[in-house]
Amino acid sequence: MSVLEIKNLHATVETPEGTKQILKGVDLTIRGGETHAIMGPNGSGKSTLAYALAGHPKYEITEGSVTLDGEDVLEMSVDERARAGLFLAMQYPVEVPGVTVSNFLRTAKTAIDGEAPSLRTWVKDVKGAMDDLRMDPAFAERNVNEGFSGGEKKRHEILQMQLIKPSMAILDETDSGLDVDALRIVSDGVNRAKENTDVGIMLITHYTRILRYVKPDFVHVFVNGRIAEQGGPELAEQLESEGYDRFLAAAN
Amino acid sequence: MTSSDVYDETSIATVEDPASADVAGNAAGAAPVAAQGTLGREAAGSGPELEDEALALPDQGGQGSSHAAASRADRLRSFERGDHSTPSSKIEEWRFTPLRRFAPLFEDVAGEAAVEVTVSRPEGAAAESTLGAGEAPRGTVLVPEDLPTAIASARTEQALHLVAPKNTELAEPFRVQSVGQGAELRGHGHVVLETQESSAATFVLNHTGSAQYVQNVEMVVGDNSQMTVITLQDWDDDALHIATHHARVGRDAKLKHIAVSLGGSAVRVNTIGEFSAPGGEIEDLGLYFSDENQFLEHRLFVDHAAPNCTSNVAYKGALQGQKARSVWVGDVLIRKAAEGTNTYELNRNLVLTEGARADSVPNLEIETGEIEGAGHAAATGRFDDEQLFYLRARGIPEQEARRLVVRGFFAELIQQIDVPEIREHLFASIETELARSMN
Repeated sequence: MSVLEIKNLHATVETPEGTKQILKGVDLTIRGGETHAIMGPNGSGKSTLAYALAGHPKYEITEGSVTLDGEDVLEMSVDERARAGLFLAMQYPVEVPGVTVSNFLRTAKTAIDGEAPSLRTWVKDVKGAMDDLRMDPAFAERNVNEGFSGGEKKRHEILQMQLIKPSMAILDETDSGLDVDALRIVSDGVNRAKENTDVGIMLITHYTRILRYVKPDFVHVFVNGRIAEQGGPELAEQLESEGYDRFLAAAN
Repeated sequence: MTSSDVYDETSIATVEDPASADVAGNAAGAAPVAAQGTLGREAAGSGPELEDEALALPDQGGQGSSHAAASRADRLRSFERGDHSTPSSKIEEWRFTPLRRFAPLFEDVAGEAAVEVTVSRPEGAAAESTLGAGEAPRGTVLVPEDLPTAIASARTEQALHLVAPKNTELAEPFRVQSVGQGAELRGHGHVVLETQESSAATFVLNHTGSAQYVQNVEMVVGDNSQMTVITLQDWDDDALHIATHHARVGRDAKLKHIAVSLGGSAVRVNTIGEFSAPGGEIEDLGLYFSDENQFLEHRLFVDHAAPNCTSNVAYKGALQGQKARSVWVGDVLIRKAAEGTNTYELNRNLVLTEGARADSVPNLEIETGEIEGAGHAAATGRFDDEQLFYLRARGIPEQEARRLVVRGFFAELIQQIDVPEIREHLFASIETELARSMN
């Protein structure tokens, strides 16, 4: 079983106004099979946490540690982190012109596994996963994220998660901007991955709506660059009725 | 979190609907529909750089006429060297070109044995022959539009003449292998390619080694014939090359012209195709990869002078390294007589590193509203950090990520080259180019 351990994580970003401290001491441990919802108001640093863990060059880690199964994640390059089992479903995935979804998926799978997948099972796996996510087969021949709708982009992210089978997945606002049907399809995809693998999930969200479909084991309230409070699913219900005001007031 | 639109459509100008009098009206007459795109971190500082290149060389020939003609049709054509002015940045068709670098090619001097040419003919081809100046069909299609072309025309005594005879389909290509013998050697060349009525042939022109080479390629595409020309600029790093390819396409004939520029210090290929009768088709494809300090320019002109002809232009280029430059200018003229024309031209550039710059200028002139379709698109995109992050976040190492994008970018074009060994050569060349940038 995998364990992601984040200890006292601090991160900064360069802005035109100077260096800005975004993460201010994050402590969080996620084990395989667990789902942790990270909830917080806009600008609290949730997405920064996601991208800092994936190794985006924009963020500088100034203090703290991150380990995955005891290995130092912060020492790894972006692609090494992915190969170690970390997956980030992005909020705004970029277009990759000239590269088809089919080619991209196969290249990623090959890179993660260290060998090309067996052709016969791979074609079947891709087709099955696309069917599950109600994606048209023609989708595989389109260029990655080029001209995709918001819902298609999110489904494509979850498709990758299903096929790559990471040990630890960070879903950054995967629910934002989806209508109820699309949200249900995407949530089903996440739940399937939970059933079929022992993936640990960090579910970053602004809204409580997705938690009706993807049940969290733990809920963390993220305010002003750190976790302000944690609890079980009941904390999400409390947030739904009360909002973030109490935490924002406490932080100020 | 930021997300950037990496495939930035910096410029697009399209005339999609010929039925729209408004659009056709705007495009007709003197002012061509022009769009220009420039991208690269240097773009903002491009002014000084252009000025730096804007060297006015001393006027060597007569007064000549200014080539800044309003319509592409008005450009001067003459075999007389004295009729052409020395290239200067004030002349529209030279304004992007680094004239100082090309300067040796503007000097009217006798050629040396700069290029060793080996020819292989397929079975069924006409016997070997050459054409002196004024000996038809030499000079019936290509009439020089600029000074270096006029010099090469005048200074090449015997032009190679390669012919696919009437009603023959040649399975294997003609191969013209030109090997430069030294970067300090100046040479001229003239080749006349001919497919006679209802024949079919492929001509592969390959250029390696190094030289200062001005070359004219004249293409006579006979009625109902099919000609494919593939020109590969695979020169060493210090070669200079100016080439003018000029084709006349007969009734119901088809020309597929493919230009691939990977090597050379500075290369400029000017490809002109004109329709002399209805039912013709021109497909101009091109691929280029510009490295550090390398200048690659491709100019195209498709002259729709006859009705019911089709043309399609598609050029793609990648750039990497400091001062890697590319220029693409695509002119299409639909004359009054050319009713039922269908034309599209496209240029895409992929800027892989900072310090590189791509210029892209499509021009479309339409003199009749009775056309089927006319459009153009030009765009320059940058392979940026967000794209790299996305691919790497899926476990794909950086080098592999770049390869994936560049291969994908070119694959569609390369698949359209019908000679398998050239396809393989190109995929391998792209790998080599990419390996350079990773060191």
